[in-house]
This record gives sequence, structure tokens and C-alpha cells, in this order.
Amino acid sequence: MDRIKAMPAWGAAAIVIVTLALAWWLIPGLHQGGGKTEVADQFPSDDFPSTYKPRSSKTTLIKGATVLTGTDQEIANGDVLMQDGRIKQVGKNIAAPAGAVVIDGKGKFVTPGIIDIHSHLGVYPSPSNEAMSDGNEATKPVTAEVRAENSVWPQDPGFTRALAGGVTAMQILPGSANLIGGRSVVLKNVWARTTQEMKFPGAPYDVKMACGENPKRVYGEKGGPQTGMGNVAGYRAAFAKAESYRAGWRKYWKTKAGDPPDRDLGLETLALVLDKKIPVQMHCYRADQMATMIDVMKEFHFRIAAFHHAAEAYKIADLLKENDICAVMWADWWGFKMEAYDGIPENIAMVDHAGACATIHSDDELGIQRLNQEVAKAMAAGRRMGFPVSRAHAVAWMTRNPAKALGILKQTGTLESGKMADVVVWNRDPFSVYAQAQMVFVDGALLYDRGNPAISPRSDFELGQEDNAHTGGAGQ
Amino acid sequence: MKIKTLAILALSTAAALAQPAANGPLKPTAAVNAQPGAAATLITHARVYTVGPQGTLPDADVLIVGGKIAGVGANLSAAGAKVIDAHGKPVTPGLMVSWTQLGVLEIDLVSEGNDTTPNTAFEGAAFDVGDAVNPSSTLLPVARIRGITRSLTTPGDCGDVFCGTSAVIDLGLGPDLVDKREAGVVAVLEPTGGQGQKNSRPDIWAKFRETLDDAREYWAQRGGYRRPGGSRDQRSNRIDLEALGPVIQGREPLLVHVERAQTIRQIVAYAQANHIKLVILGGAEAWRVADVLAQAQVPVVIDSNRNLPANFGEIGSTLKNAALLDKAGVKFAFQPQYGAASHYARTITQIAGNAVANGLNWDHALAAITKNPAEIFGVDNYGTLEPGKDGDVVVWDGDPLEVTSAPTAVFIKGRQMPMVSRQTELRDRYRDLARKNPPLGYR
Repeated sequence: MDRIKAMPAWGAAAIVIVTLALAWWLIPGLHQGGGKTEVADQFPSDDFPSTYKPRSSKTTLIKGATVLTGTDQEIANGDVLMQDGRIKQVGKNIAAPAGAVVIDGKGKFVTPGIIDIHSHLGVYPSPSNEAMSDGNEATKPVTAEVRAENSVWPQDPGFTRALAGGVTAMQILPGSANLIGGRSVVLKNVWARTTQEMKFPGAPYDVKMACGENPKRVYGEKGGPQTGMGNVAGYRAAFAKAESYRAGWRKYWKTKAGDPPDRDLGLETLALVLDKKIPVQMHCYRADQMATMIDVMKEFHFRIAAFHHAAEAYKIADLLKENDICAVMWADWWGFKMEAYDGIPENIAMVDHAGACATIHSDDELGIQRLNQEVAKAMAAGRRMGFPVSRAHAVAWMTRNPAKALGILKQTGTLESGKMADVVVWNRDPFSVYAQAQMVFVDGALLYDRGNPAISPRSDFELGQEDNAHTGGAGQ
Repeated sequence: MKIKTLAILALSTAAALAQPAANGPLKPTAAVNAQPGAAATLITHARVYTVGPQGTLPDADVLIVGGKIAGVGANLSAAGAKVIDAHGKPVTPGLMVSWTQLGVLEIDLVSEGNDTTPNTAFEGAAFDVGDAVNPSSTLLPVARIRGITRSLTTPGDCGDVFCGTSAVIDLGLGPDLVDKREAGVVAVLEPTGGQGQKNSRPDIWAKFRETLDDAREYWAQRGGYRRPGGSRDQRSNRIDLEALGPVIQGREPLLVHVERAQTIRQIVAYAQANHIKLVILGGAEAWRVADVLAQAQVPVVIDSNRNLPANFGEIGSTLKNAALLDKAGVKFAFQPQYGAASHYARTITQIAGNAVANGLNWDHALAAITKNPAEIFGVDNYGTLEPGKDGDVVVWDGDPLEVTSAPTAVFIKGRQMPMVSRQTELRDRYRDLARKNPPLGYR
């Protein structure tokens, strides 16, 4: 991968313009202005459009670092050139364009920005209290109508800490109280006043669903579901209803006879799931639960992008591979609940070794700051059981694979020319406990620099908190 | 703080190597308190981190006889000892985690496997985890094969002020794992912990003072309790007042879970005025009052990976907590993952490693998971590799604080531990899904 054909800057700009123009005409509501919603002959898909704009960046060349590209390659003494917010070139002996900022990468490592596919930052923010507890609409077991983006508090200090840990993008999910918890949102990890300003441009929506103990725990005494079979009946009933809803609209679109059906936001989301336009991110711990959900998926022809937590993914890695479903796992969490009792540290490596898509996740405001260490633990566990896992390969567990499971691999997740310049410079091998992210770039813009307190975002909440002023923003 | 001494002693390695005989008896002696199966073992050619007076020895041997360390130095020998060549790899004391529920917790959300918190309608301080340590808990081997050999096992936060009495346990094969009872009574002084805790700080202080006042009154006229006119009505149970005796007498530490700097100042002042031996648990903002803690010689148990303002008592949480406490001369021990310390006991090395990445001296980080907790909780027979101490010894395949490292051999009280757990058995059963025979369920 010494020389990758670089996309010229005007090419990238043209794509952005074309995309925006298309979005303008294709997405109802964007070009129709206010007033009564007129529905085009499809369900609307983006009602809270991204207003994200890349922050200002300089042409930057990182020279002479160990580069882990995320495509299973390690380039010793490698260079990475970022220009106009994009990866321009990755290889060796890249000449610095005139006026470029040149970073000496000697002894340092460069990876793609980390993507946490399972986070509740912003919806369960710090400080944690009842007023800010916005992650579970635990009022009924199916709430497909809600969206995490309408709960996100952009001032969660957790975003800044995650940035200092090298996280450049995250999927923020509703919690797992509900069978169908609502839509997730994919965010770029940039300080912003509004959630829309953080929204990853072009990232598809996903729907969060949950297997197992949590819905039973929440609803067991409140009308159900109370059992595993109740859970499954609940998913199926919801999708059966969505099928009828979709059929009603399809009929109307075809005939335009009479009044349009009443709009139902929850069923609309589920209809988009049935159309495979919104994949499912499925919270499931046990192997048998995952297998059951694969059958439900086949019955209703939707797509499960990933099983989250997946403590027992290693037991059915073959099944996951066969169905092209990623397993989203922790390095070593286990035992905090019955369905997590069989979690083992080799889970990620075993799923990967079987040829299925393996991904790390945090689900935690502290864990998200150290996903590189979590991958390191999983890699070491794999090696100890005899799998030859290279660090060039393992880095994909926190970059390429989560990007794939989120449908944003074309934009980010690897260091390949033309992609968004979401890049981390580490002070040493990132798979060491002593490693720290030194510089974090999002779309080529330097948003965190450990060596420069001025380049370290601080949330509004932390201003004027005497106790907090001492230590220094994101890297606190 | 002994840290400076440690550093100096580390420099005197050459002297230690030259005179191994001075470091302890080389001749195997009769087994003392040996666990069954604790034969003589000689670990050779190791980089030995004694965390004791001998400092770090780059190429030394460790001899374990009769469950105890018999010697640390160069060219040791013992007839009939099992020899393990460490090939230059690190050897440390077994690690100690603090403020866990190891031994009394199986699964957090399964109440029948969970002996961690009192029924506070019935008792508080009298709840004693030492009554329920389960040597068959699957958490113990999971932690043990990652080098954890001791735990300060405490009651969990219980939603009330006094949550019970702690014990120091070892993670050996049992059946009796309790090494020390009355290792500390847990009190929660801020509304940060237990579920459903509705009390404010002044509520908690009022109840805290009243309970300890009652305990003093009770102990002053212990024989007269219950006699007509012998005592005023006391809100606490007799058993709770009984359990608080060693605390008000300064024999057993009071382990106070508190995070906010100002509350730490207040409890330090209270403990000094009332001659109570105090240990701070949590201490998210302890670094802000490090001088107060150092002056009063109050140790702290922290998870220094906490760096978010999780509530209005923890605004000052920072990754630099450990380094700043160390700089001020405060003795501290590490808790593995706050809120999940038992299942994740093995992450103690990661906590220590991250503290190093954030400015803590490496040797001091190792001391905070060996010698410091031993000293804080009064476990005299453990914590360093010194002749006469228990044979808690770990051989590592790399830097013990590194996330990619793991033990290759673990000894507890001289006995070599099997490197298996429920998790290794699950791994081995499922390691090859393609292989047809024997079927998975028969492996």
C-alpha cells in the first residue's frame, strides 16, 4: 500500500456537493419547508439532518512513524499525508507539500481514529443524575419512535475524555431496557453546541434492540415481557404490525386513492428496518439468544448488523460468519449478570479467528478512553491460545470493523487515501498500557494535542468548577 | 512514605547479589503452616521485584519452602525442590486487590449468589463478610491465574451509613480463605454509593456521629446494657455496637467511602479527634487534600482511572490522582475498577499501569498492589518477597503492569496454583468449532 491513488481535493469537494444536492431533493422535509408534511413515495429517513462541518485543518504530514493502517498492514518508518480534511497519501518517503505542517513521527505510532460502536455518552452523561438520565424510554417495551439524537447532551465531558483516548466517532445508542429501544445516532467526536453539528454526515441510522434479561427485568412486573419467549413474541408482533403499516403505505403510494394512512413514527422506523434501510444493532449476550434473533431476522427479512456485548459469540462464531453479522464485544467483562457469566477474554480473538467480524466496544464512559488497551488485552489473549494475531490486524477491531458494522467504512475506519482524515498519533505502540494518544485529528483538523493545553476541548459544564481547573481538559 | 527507601535499596542490588546468604536461610527448613501440597520450589534466573528491603534483583532466585519464602538471592539451591527457570522474566509478590467483594459475590444481579450487603433494617456494622467467604466462587480462579493472591473483601455500599465488617482473604484453594477478620468497618459518608440512598450529607453525618456515640456509651457500660436504667435507648442494635468496639478503640480501621475533598477533610478531623484509625475508600478528590492526608497519615484506596465528574462530589476526578498522592507522601492502594472490582480484579495491573502512564513511579505502582495494602490492612505475613513471608509469588511473561502480560506460574502460601478457571474451560471447549469429535458438550 505504498502509494494509493489519491483523490484530488476537488473530487472530494464535488462528492460532498453532489451528496448535499441529492439529499436536498431526496429527503422529504429538506426541500419542502415548513407546514404540512407531504410524504414522498417512500418513508422519510433523515429528519434531523447533520449540520456537521469539518473544523479548519492544515495540510499535515506525519513522517517516519509506525503506521497501522487498519487494512492489516504495518508500515515501518511510514508517512501519512492529510490535506483538505482527507487522507491524501499513506506510504514511505512522502514529500511535504509547500506549507505543510510536518510532524516528526519517530518512535510514534499512527492509527485510524478509534470508533466506539457502543456508547451512551450524551444520553447517560457525566454528571450522572436523574435529570440527565435520557438513555432509556422505559415506558413501554417497544419504542421504535424515539431517537438517541434527541437525548444527546453535547456538553457531556465524557466526549472530551474519549477524544483524548483517540476516539473520533461513536455510535450513541438508546439503552437496553426495551425490546426495541429506538434509533441510534453516529457522531463525530467534535465539540459542538448542537447534536446536529456532531452528526456524522452520511452515516445511516440504526435501531437498537435488546435480547434477554433487561427487558424482562424492566417490564416483568409491568405488563411484560416477563420471559425470553415473551421477548421474542414482542419483536415478532412489532414487525408483523410494521409489515401491515408498510403495506398500507405502499398501497396508498400506488393508488393515491383516498386519504393517506395515519403516520406512525415507530412503525415508520420499523418499516425502514424491514426495507433494510435501517439495520439493527442487537444487544444479546447468549449464543442461543443470538441464534433465535437470526431466525427472527430471516422471518422478517431485516438485517442485523451486529450483536452487541455478545459474551458468548465465541460459541457461535461460525453462525455469525455465515450470516455476516459482526460481534461487538468487551475484552474481559463478565459475570455482572447471569447472561454475562460465560464471557471469556479470548472471545474477540476466537470470533476473529473463525473469520467473523470482531469489534471492541466500551458501553462505558471510562472504558471508551482506553479501547486501545482493551484491544491489546484481547490480542494478547488470542496469542496465548496460539492465534498469530498481529497488531496490524488487531487494530481493525477498533477501527475498520466498527466502521463496517456502522456502514461508514467508505468514509472512515482505515488510513486509505480519499477517506476522512480521522487519525491518531500515539506516543508509542498503542497496545501498551503506557501508550497515550498525543494528537487526534478529525477530518484532518487537530482537535486534541496532549502537549498543548490550548488544543484540548473543555465542556461548558466544566467551566468555573474550581476543582476541575487544575488538570487540563480532555486529558484530565 | 517508604517509597524513597525503596528506590535507594533498588540501587543496592549488586550488594544483595554478592551476599545471598545474608538474605535469609538457604537451607530448607521444616514446613511451617504449609498448605497441603506446598512443597519446596526454587524459581531461578528471574528479575525479582521483592518490593522489600532487597529492592529489585535483575537475576536472582526465589526459594519457597513450607509455604514461606525461604530466600531471595543469587545461586540458591535446595535439595529436592521443584525448579522453575524464569528465563529472566519478572517475579513479583502475589498481588492484592482492595475494596472488592471477592469471595462473597458470584453474580451482581443474581441475589442468591450475592452476600455483599446487609439487610440494613436488621444490622449494619455487624454484617461480616468473613461469615460467608465461599472458597468455591468461580471468581477466585479467574483472578488467581492473573496473579491476584489476596483481597481486602468488604461489604458493598448498602444505602445506609454503616455497611459491615471486612476481611482479608487469600485466593488459594481453601477451604478456609479468611486470613484476617475485623479488617475494617465500612461506612459510606456521602450519597454516592448504595442504591436508593436518599440521605444528604448532614443526615449521614448525624447518623454517623450518633452511632459512634452510642458505641462509646455502650462499650463504657457494656455489662449494663439492657438492664433497667442501665442505658438510654439506643437506635443501633446491640450487635452493631458490639462490632464498632474495635473501631472506637482504634484497633480496627474505619473504612470510609468518601469522594469530595471537603468531606475528606471533615472525616480526617473527626478521626483525629476521636482516635479512630481511618482509611479513605474512593477518594476521587483525595489529591486536592493530599497534604491533609499525608499529615494525618491516612491511607487511601483509589481507582485512579476515574477521571469524570460523575456527580457533584467528584468534580475534581483526575487520572493524576495516584501520582499527586504519591508526591505528597500519602500511602495508597489500588482498587480494580470502581463499581466492578470483583469480576475485574485482574484489571488491577491495568489500573496501576495507567497510573504510571499518568506520572506515577513504576515501583510505587507495584507497591500499591502488594506492600501498601498489606501494610494498610495489617497483613504482616504478606506483601513483599522476604524470607519468612508467605510464599505468594508470581512469575510473569512480561512487565507485570502491561496489558499484554500474564502470569506463567502463581503460588499462594507456597502452593502452586492450577492455571485453570471456568473461563479457560469454556475457551478450551469452544476453541475449535469445526472439529466434530468429541462433540462440544463432551469436551
